[in-house]
Amino acid sequence: MSLARATGLILAKELRIELRSRALLSTTFVFVLLVLVLFSFTFDPTATEARRFGPGLLWLALLFAGSLMLQPTFVREQANDTLSALRMAPIEPFAVLLGKLAANAVYLFLVELILLPIFAGLYNLSILPVLGRLLLVMFLGTVGLATTGTVFSAVTAQARLRELLLPVLLLPILAPVLIGSSEATVGLFSDQPYLDTTWVVFLTAFDVVFLTAAWLFGEYLFEE
Amino acid sequence: MAAKSKSNLASSVFWSLLTFACLALACYAALFVAPEEKTMGVIQRIFYFHVPSFWTAFLAIFTTTYGSVAYIATKKMKWDWIAVSAAELAAAFLTIGLVTGPIWAKPVWGVWWAWDARTTSTFVLWAMYVSYLLLRTLVDEPERRALLSAVVAIFSCIDVPLVYFSIWMYRTQHPQPVIGDGGYLDPRMGKVLLECWGALVALFLLLLRERYRLEKMRSEVDGLRMEVERRGL
Repeated sequence: MSLARATGLILAKELRIELRSRALLSTTFVFVLLVLVLFSFTFDPTATEARRFGPGLLWLALLFAGSLMLQPTFVREQANDTLSALRMAPIEPFAVLLGKLAANAVYLFLVELILLPIFAGLYNLSILPVLGRLLLVMFLGTVGLATTGTVFSAVTAQARLRELLLPVLLLPILAPVLIGSSEATVGLFSDQPYLDTTWVVFLTAFDVVFLTAAWLFGEYLFEE
Repeated sequence: MAAKSKSNLASSVFWSLLTFACLALACYAALFVAPEEKTMGVIQRIFYFHVPSFWTAFLAIFTTTYGSVAYIATKKMKWDWIAVSAAELAAAFLTIGLVTGPIWAKPVWGVWWAWDARTTSTFVLWAMYVSYLLLRTLVDEPERRALLSAVVAIFSCIDVPLVYFSIWMYRTQHPQPVIGDGGYLDPRMGKVLLECWGALVALFLLLLRERYRLEKMRSEVDGLRMEVERRGL
């Protein structure tokens, strides 16, 4: 079976499971919303401050949410030892990782799509004029987050204290994504909105580099 | 067995004495041989340990990555032992650098922590290697631990240039007080700097060797304990 088809099947399975309960999506949505509102209590943002700091807060909230919501990716397979079944399937091990990674990226992106208008309302930012470019930055940042997050959730699924360990491992690795995506987003919300191509190229490079690393080393994570 | 451990002990003592002699010479050179810096005065001498400890940390990070890749390629436990020994030393030398930095910065720049690109990136680096070591304490089975931590070490190493680039870019886009703009280094200062680095590399090699042997012994003891349990002795 080709890699693309196997990945598609795994992705479909993941999405089907999530759509039955929608537990992960709704909980993550509420979590990010809470963090965004709580942030505003720590400082009372003026219009300029909101434009300057809002994007950073949004990305920080997404990073925290990601490091919590990506946790069940592999832990879910442990209850009935379904990971062994996936391992025995006649597909490349990378397809399992890629399918789960794609599913995680889809979840995060959905949460972001629902949150963006609320975020814009809370911090009084206009997103419509820059929507296309904003979605591009969102997409690139989300792929980076989902790639490293999925690989590390496979790591922590086999460790103790995994709920705490995943953020500790993930947040330093994701420092470049946080900087790149919030800087690019700040540019989009400035007086003369612009898309800083340096950061777009940088985020693309991050995604490509870590997708390649996941392809090269990811399969070792499922070995028995 | 007894003869072997005796010769091990003798070589440990020999290499330790040699390393400590190097370190003592380096201290002497840094404190008395190197010329005094004109504006910063005596505090600038911390530079001879601050900078080389970062260089040594990078050597340790390289060793960890090499050990991790070699473990994945060969599945021989000795590479995992090398990786963990070097990772602990990386964390230790990064800590030395991050602690000596503020001691130097406070009298010279007026602040303990300037949020400059290099310091901030190094802190992120430190966090990555500390979390690598935390991961190792949370996985019990040796082979599993070796494999998982090897993947994390490789991902961390790949991230290093990205972290440095992103923080450097971020800092150049936001105005910063101009601090430590490189400048001229007296050739005598350069020589002392290299001597101090040599001493720290010697210390790194000595500790790596001892830590590797400790890890090997630990694994042998674990093996024996499992054997005892299996046979129900």
